[in-house]
Amino acid sequence: MYSRLASPRVGGTAALAVVIALLPLGLSNSYFYEVAILVGLNAIVCVGLNLLIGYAGQISLGHAGFFGIGAYGSAILASRYGWPPLASMLTATLAAALLAFLIGRPILRLKGHYLAMATLAMGIIIYMVITTEDKLTGGPDGMSVVPLSIGGLALQNERVWYWVVGALLLAAVWLALNMIESPVGRALRALHGSEVGAEVVGIDAARHKVMVFVISAVFASMAGSLNAHFAGFITPGKVTFLHSIELATMVVFGGMASTFGAVVGAAVLTTLPQFLTVFKDYEMMVFGAVMMGTMIFLPRGVVPSLEKLFAGRRNAAAADTPAAESERGA
Amino acid sequence: MSAQFMQYLLTGLTVGAIYALVALGFSIIFNASHVINFAQGEFVMIGGMATVSLTATGLPLLLAIPLAVAVAALVGLALEKFAVEPARGASVITLIIITIGASIFLRGLATLVWDKQLHPLKSFSGDAPIVFAGATVLPQSLWVLGVTLAIVLALSWFFGRTLLGKAMLATSHNRLAAQLVGINVRHVLFLSFGLSAALGAVAGILIAPIAFTSYDVGVMLGLKGFVAAVLGGLGSGVGAVVGGVVLGIAETMSAGYLSSAYKDAIALVIMLAVLFFMPSGLFGKRGGERV
Repeated sequence: MYSRLASPRVGGTAALAVVIALLPLGLSNSYFYEVAILVGLNAIVCVGLNLLIGYAGQISLGHAGFFGIGAYGSAILASRYGWPPLASMLTATLAAALLAFLIGRPILRLKGHYLAMATLAMGIIIYMVITTEDKLTGGPDGMSVVPLSIGGLALQNERVWYWVVGALLLAAVWLALNMIESPVGRALRALHGSEVGAEVVGIDAARHKVMVFVISAVFASMAGSLNAHFAGFITPGKVTFLHSIELATMVVFGGMASTFGAVVGAAVLTTLPQFLTVFKDYEMMVFGAVMMGTMIFLPRGVVPSLEKLFAGRRNAAAADTPAAESERGA
Repeated sequence: MSAQFMQYLLTGLTVGAIYALVALGFSIIFNASHVINFAQGEFVMIGGMATVSLTATGLPLLLAIPLAVAVAALVGLALEKFAVEPARGASVITLIIITIGASIFLRGLATLVWDKQLHPLKSFSGDAPIVFAGATVLPQSLWVLGVTLAIVLALSWFFGRTLLGKAMLATSHNRLAAQLVGINVRHVLFLSFGLSAALGAVAGILIAPIAFTSYDVGVMLGLKGFVAAVLGGLGSGVGAVVGGVVLGIAETMSAGYLSSAYKDAIALVIMLAVLFFMPSGLFGKRGGERV
């Protein structure tokens, strides 16, 4: 029982649930709620993106594109064609999944820098289509979006949104952790280590890579749809190359191959700009410097670095329990 | 050949020459360090903006240009020293994020040192258009093409005939072997950032009289140079030049004959097609992966 609680799957998810449940005690006004909801939505994207970047070792610099397909797809269907928001969200997510599936095979044959470039191009093309097709999307000015309603009940209160997003984040984390501990997760880690090696032991590398690409696209698209309906307005600013980079930075900053790292990365980097406004004219410079600095000094990310520190101390205290360490290192 | 076609061709060639210079910068850094320097576009911006502000103080263009190039080269050297060198051995994505962080930092710095306005730069030798085969050419376009040609020749001399150039080339082929024959590869890495920053700055100065310059001009020019480098084959000098020219012409032709709204998207679609069907580009090294 104790050992199950200490595992990231059970214990970690429980800890996250406690944090989500207790956080509203510190949220004194609707602005704080809004930031917390944005953190949650970015964290959902990052949990999916971490499966792709952290576990499967495949770079994507274009996930803001999938976020944009979810946001604009749902916004257009619901606001321009009067679809019920839930149906439009599901349709947009299906569209993102289909695109990821179709583009996944050719794009994931590429590796390293070349994969980075191809995903970057994909993301920017989606951005350009969104800004150019202004009859549907409102162009660079963006468009307003109808609020989310479930069975005739409109979701407009920040507090209600907070619990919805919190529950979805927990579900996303739980799904990701389960996947990582399943045969699929082991296959992903194997092909991260060596693709040829993984194929030799019978893993269909291409199929697994496409699968995780589609899953990460679905997470990003869902978060995009929710973001559009929550904010009631969407602009192409959320689909830019820079937003793709921010998402990737959240994953790397939190710690690659760490699901909770992705959540921490999303939390820190989403709230950071809110603090940086005190720097006024220096804001952009400071943001760039923070990006560079954390990557230079914490290339492994925050959570794994802390884990290592913690594990180091624990090992020093109890050198006779090597089992725990080998379990974690797997 | 219709006059319209000729006009598109000449415009494409001018833009393509600028892309080629930026692409050469990408390739030189990629060869030396296997880093894709996403801050390459900022060197273009620094070159243009520094020239504008130096000439505004009354300095003649002939003095302002070398000074601006020197400023950009210093920024390039500092980038290598303080951001890339300390992160040696980091993963591809970490290095990408570092250089993007650097580009955001430099853009932020530019808004403080200068401003967020568009700035014109005076043409090097007047604005009287020259008529050529039914198409009109600005004298500045001739400057762009001439200087680019001179730089390409100078670079091929540098890499083919000088000891330092050969050392840089050797490092790009095999870092360890280069080190074993006594080449200071860290020195080579350092210099490659200075050299490609200078190239970017020259591109920024040449294009400023035609297209204006501002603190964020590097975003799009950097991206196009990057596409050109991929098109030609990342790391290939000939490829960078051919990729730049091909991209410039393809872009103006498609803007003229197809759709000007999707002019920028066409560059990216070309890049995706190249990556899908010939991932090493037109002139890139074809190498298998070692297991």
